[in-house]
Amino acid sequence: MHSTAYPQAPASDQNPIAEFRAASKHYGEVVAADAISLSIMPGEFLSFLGPSGCGKTTALRMLAGFEAPTSGEMLLDGVRVNDLPPHKRPVNMVFQHYALFPHMNVADNISYGLRQQRPKPAAAFVAQKVAETLERVRLPGFDTRRIWEMSGGQQQRVALARALINQPKILLLDEPMAALDRKLRREMQIELQSLQRALGITFVLVTHDQEEALSMSDRICIMRAGRIVQIGAPRDLYDAPNSRYVADFVGKSNFFEGTLSSVSGLMGAVDLPTGPGRGRLGQDVAVGRKVSLSVRPEQIYLSPTGGAFAVQVRNRIFLGEHTEYLVNNPSLGDFLVLVSRQTEATLGAFDPGQDAFADWTPEAALILNND
Amino acid sequence: MRIYAAAVYLFLYIPIGIIALFSFSAGRNASEFAGFSLKWYGIALHNPFVVEALRTSFTVAASSAILAAVFGTMAALALQGMTGRIKVLFDALIYIAVMIPGIVIGISTLIAIVTVFGWLNPLIAAVWPWDGPAPQLAMGLGSLIAAHTLFNMALVIIIVRARIAGMDRSFTEASADLYATPFGTFRQITLPLILPGILAGFLLSFTFSFDDFIIAFFVAGANTTLPIYVFSSIRRGVTPEINAIGTMVLTLSLILLVTAQGFLQRKRKG
Ligand SMILES: Nc1ncnc2c1ncn2[C@@H]1O[C@H](COP(=O)(O)OP(=O)(O)OP(=O)(O)O)[C@@H](O)[C@H]1O
Ligand SMILES: [Mg+2]
Repeated sequence: MHSTAYPQAPASDQNPIAEFRAASKHYGEVVAADAISLSIMPGEFLSFLGPSGCGKTTALRMLAGFEAPTSGEMLLDGVRVNDLPPHKRPVNMVFQHYALFPHMNVADNISYGLRQQRPKPAAAFVAQKVAETLERVRLPGFDTRRIWEMSGGQQQRVALARALINQPKILLLDEPMAALDRKLRREMQIELQSLQRALGITFVLVTHDQEEALSMSDRICIMRAGRIVQIGAPRDLYDAPNSRYVADFVGKSNFFEGTLSSVSGLMGAVDLPTGPGRGRLGQDVAVGRKVSLSVRPEQIYLSPTGGAFAVQVRNRIFLGEHTEYLVNNPSLGDFLVLVSRQTEATLGAFDPGQDAFADWTPEAALILNND
Repeated sequence: MRIYAAAVYLFLYIPIGIIALFSFSAGRNASEFAGFSLKWYGIALHNPFVVEALRTSFTVAASSAILAAVFGTMAALALQGMTGRIKVLFDALIYIAVMIPGIVIGISTLIAIVTVFGWLNPLIAAVWPWDGPAPQLAMGLGSLIAAHTLFNMALVIIIVRARIAGMDRSFTEASADLYATPFGTFRQITLPLILPGILAGFLLSFTFSFDDFIIAFFVAGANTTLPIYVFSSIRRGVTPEINAIGTMVLTLSLILLVTAQGFLQRKRKG
């Protein structure tokens, strides 16, 4: 039915907990999701990563049941659920702006899901579950607080508790940390991750923050214009992006453009203005095509004495652990080099205006199509 | 400029102030103050015609406000689901309904009711199975309540729609996500969140109906509402009793309007 084969989760004898089978969502002319195929495995932490408008929220809303796919199929636990309304799905969502009910206090918000069960659970049971869950998200004693009497971080924990108390099969999170400041966001990321480990619930996170996706996920789906362009573990996406788009989106990269002149085995050579540049083949490329040599800033050496490319240091940004240099080669143009504190300790720091040499190994360079 | 503005307010409020002031006069002449007294309030409230008119006004105002609140809210919720041109059309029609002069509503409602009754009465007579004359539909409390409900519904729809529009869609989605059925979501989330709007619409409807003279004049039939009573007694001259009635109506209206405004201002609390 669908031709594109994506690398799937690590081999396991379990069945997927949720599946997209060539699921598309059209809003009139707009194609928000374009034949998405994906299997989500029980217990994994999966992220949808991509720029604004690429269809991340749409994918999540199809899982939650707020949108039915225009074509294709959605499966939960192997059962087709295209037309199953949200209130009948064993998944829960943490909304971007939390959507906490303003006319209820914290306890009533958290117990909302339990109180919808028929027959109604006993009040004592509900109260105990609420207390347990508040403990879990480190908000004990907040039961009777009103929603607007809490900080953004606390509201976020309540939203999390309100979803988790139902022990959903999948927890959906739509940019849950977008409204938090940097430090709080980092704390919540760590907390979410340990919660996920402790509960064993499948998490599906939507984010446009690559750091967040890289640090938390077991697998990441990189999306572009409604399509999934690559799925993989964070390290694989970083080390082996299958396109210039992914290389650019996940981490930082320098791209040196040129024509592919030769291919031998897994390696190739690109005609750069400075001469042939060798690198690993990152995707299907054809000799004679315009390609890019993608090199991560931390894979480039900077030396005061020798290297393949004579450069002049343009700018220096101190990043704590690392120093980021913007250097210029007359033929290659500007590119970034990341030097660790340790290297700097032996070689010394470079000053803006100073002449130096840059170099990298062919294994550190990746040849990708210009798209 | 400031003097001009002050003059406008003066001319606007001095007559009202004078009515309120003279309602406390002890004298029997409505235009000269003769010592403070509440006696005209007593006289007004002991006048059987006033009490009867007051009762009619309350019945009509309460019934039409309740009906308008219920059906107006239902209409507002239904309109929420609409999109595109139909929605624009309905919105426009509702605003126009509020702006149409009372006299036009009065006359057109009268004609419509008379026509429908003229058509229904022979029908009822024809199928009347018992001996004796069949009952005749006529102008009365029912037609007055119906006319006011119609106008008030437009008020309620406008107020409740504003409230719904200000409500985040994610609240109802979150409720559905947490296993609430569509009706459960309506009862536990939508209704509580739009309730202040419904109450404000109810109070404004009540005020409108209680104060309305023009529409009532056309469709009330033999019934006398308070404004109609005031109008007919003025023809025999303005007495301090009329001033007292006017002041009571004014006070009640102001209280209702301020309360309604209070509901509308209420943002987050439920
Ligand atoms: N209800 C809708 N009606 C019409 N178009 C929609 C609707 N919802 C989403 N879209 C469009 O579908 C595309 C994908 O939207 P989606 O919300 O999934 O993006 P996203 O990746 O979540 O973006 P963001 O990071 O900005 O939240 C966008 O072009 C958007 O304009
Ligand atoms: Mg989104």
